[in-house]
Amino acid sequence: MLHTLTITQAHEKLKKKEISAQELVRACIKRTEEVDKSLNAIVHRSFDRALEEAKKIDDQGVSDHPLSAIPYFAKDVYCEEGVATTACSNILREKNYIPPFDSTTTKRLKAAGAISLGKTNTDEFTMGASTETSCYGVTKNPWDTSRVAGGSSGGSAAAVAADEGFFALATDTGGSIRQPAGYCGVAGIRTTYGRTSRYGVMSMASSLDTIGPICKNVEDLAIVLETIAGKDPMDGTTGDEPVPNYRSMLTKDVKGLKIGIPKEYFIDGMNAEVEGAVREAAKVLQSLGATMQEISLPHTKYATPCYYVLCPCEVSSNMARYDGVRYGHTVKDPADLLDYYVRVRSEGFGPEVKRRIMIGTYALSAGYFDAYYRQAQKVRTLIKQDFTEAFTKVDVILSPVSPTPAFKVGAHENDPIAMYLEDVFLDGQVMAGIPALSVNCGFSKSVTPSSVEGLPIGLQLMGPQWGEGVILRAAYAYEQATVWHTKRPAIA
Amino acid sequence: MTHLSPAQVRHIAKLARLEISDDEIETYAKNLTAILGYIDQLQEVDTSGVEPTAQVTGAANMLRSDALCSEKIAPESLLGCSALPIIDDQIETPSAHG
Repeated sequence: MLHTLTITQAHEKLKKKEISAQELVRACIKRTEEVDKSLNAIVHRSFDRALEEAKKIDDQGVSDHPLSAIPYFAKDVYCEEGVATTACSNILREKNYIPPFDSTTTKRLKAAGAISLGKTNTDEFTMGASTETSCYGVTKNPWDTSRVAGGSSGGSAAAVAADEGFFALATDTGGSIRQPAGYCGVAGIRTTYGRTSRYGVMSMASSLDTIGPICKNVEDLAIVLETIAGKDPMDGTTGDEPVPNYRSMLTKDVKGLKIGIPKEYFIDGMNAEVEGAVREAAKVLQSLGATMQEISLPHTKYATPCYYVLCPCEVSSNMARYDGVRYGHTVKDPADLLDYYVRVRSEGFGPEVKRRIMIGTYALSAGYFDAYYRQAQKVRTLIKQDFTEAFTKVDVILSPVSPTPAFKVGAHENDPIAMYLEDVFLDGQVMAGIPALSVNCGFSKSVTPSSVEGLPIGLQLMGPQWGEGVILRAAYAYEQATVWHTKRPAIA
Repeated sequence: MTHLSPAQVRHIAKLARLEISDDEIETYAKNLTAILGYIDQLQEVDTSGVEPTAQVTGAANMLRSDALCSEKIAPESLLGCSALPIIDDQIETPSAHG
């Protein structure tokens, strides 16, 4: 049962030589082979390479870094030298794009001794909230395989919930770490924009994309985050702010911490169990000494429409590089270069990617730029100001991650707006560039009579820019006072 | 409310170097119209006197020295990612003139 350990527990056993790196890697491989047929969380496996790495570590001895010999997965948009990376898109799948370089994040993990096991499923180029737009098919929720694991980082969240890897790298542009972490009952953090390097991670919307981990608990989040965060000369948007020792901030002490509850995040039509669990979590933090107050973030309802202007505009620009010339899909006997581009892109991209490219192309075209893009950037300023104002009164803001638990596979088929509304509590933080995390705060029993525990409910904690430490501290105190983070699904 | 016709969708697709089949054009027109209708609600926000935000943490002009990267990637490994013919370290594309 080595796969069920947390990072800290595995590190202790490795240091005491109770277990070897190879045993740890073999346990994850075995677990993945057992459960992934029913989940489809993993899309590329580099198991042989992982075993070689583990052998090297066993020969040299495990280092003091808590990630030494710890096996993990990365979302299928993180470039890793020699490992297939395809953004779960047919435009890169055909020739199985093999990057000749490492992303900064996987390079930092490699330097710490962490062992990559392969790539996790995602919506195509991270565009979606369910992994249903992946060219490899949907990832199932480990708590109820008739439901989605969320998205776009559904593969990463499901893999961690099912103990296939000790943690997984993910990306959050409009909620893609927090929503699947919430749906799968694990911990995930979106970092301040620029806290982590985007170098070597396939871009979706460059002014919104962030890099972060999904882990089994908050302590593990702190370990991975302090390893991967910090300035990178290869990403000019990374900040100079020093990276704190996040683990030293996990004191269990939240006495006097001021927590705000935004009234706009408790809406009509919200699942009653979700609201109940989140309000109960607020009471737990209160009983530990935090103070609660209602706050207002007046432009909340505009965050998701704002996102769905800015994101497609940046998508239309970023996706221009996929033209079949330098990498990816190709076609035979084109009439000319234009015909080549059009056929490569039309065959290679799926419907959601095409929709975003076209919305972006339209919104950026002459005569529409001011009405859409410029207006959205101004609304972004107002949303950011809401948060700046709120953080003069409170230290942390608390809300649900999603209005409901995980939905059924296919429930939002052919309805892009319904899928976009999945982000309704998750786009404000994106517009403000602030960090936010998701932890499990209970289970919904009414919607899934087939499962014993029910479906996980995500609690969201938000902090000011560069304030990852304070939300990790609050989340850790909450976890230590509750049992939710210890629950794992029984997978058939 | 903005309504996109199939002809307009074809035009946008052409600008984006995409081709939408006759079978799919009505669905795209319907979906894109719905999305534009949804984002149109931004028009009701009074943004007079508000500056746009492009860079959210306020970072500006992040410069680094104009030096070769120490871990340069070999040209042949980059060229190896292309599905097209490689001639003299260059990728041969279809002709722009047909």
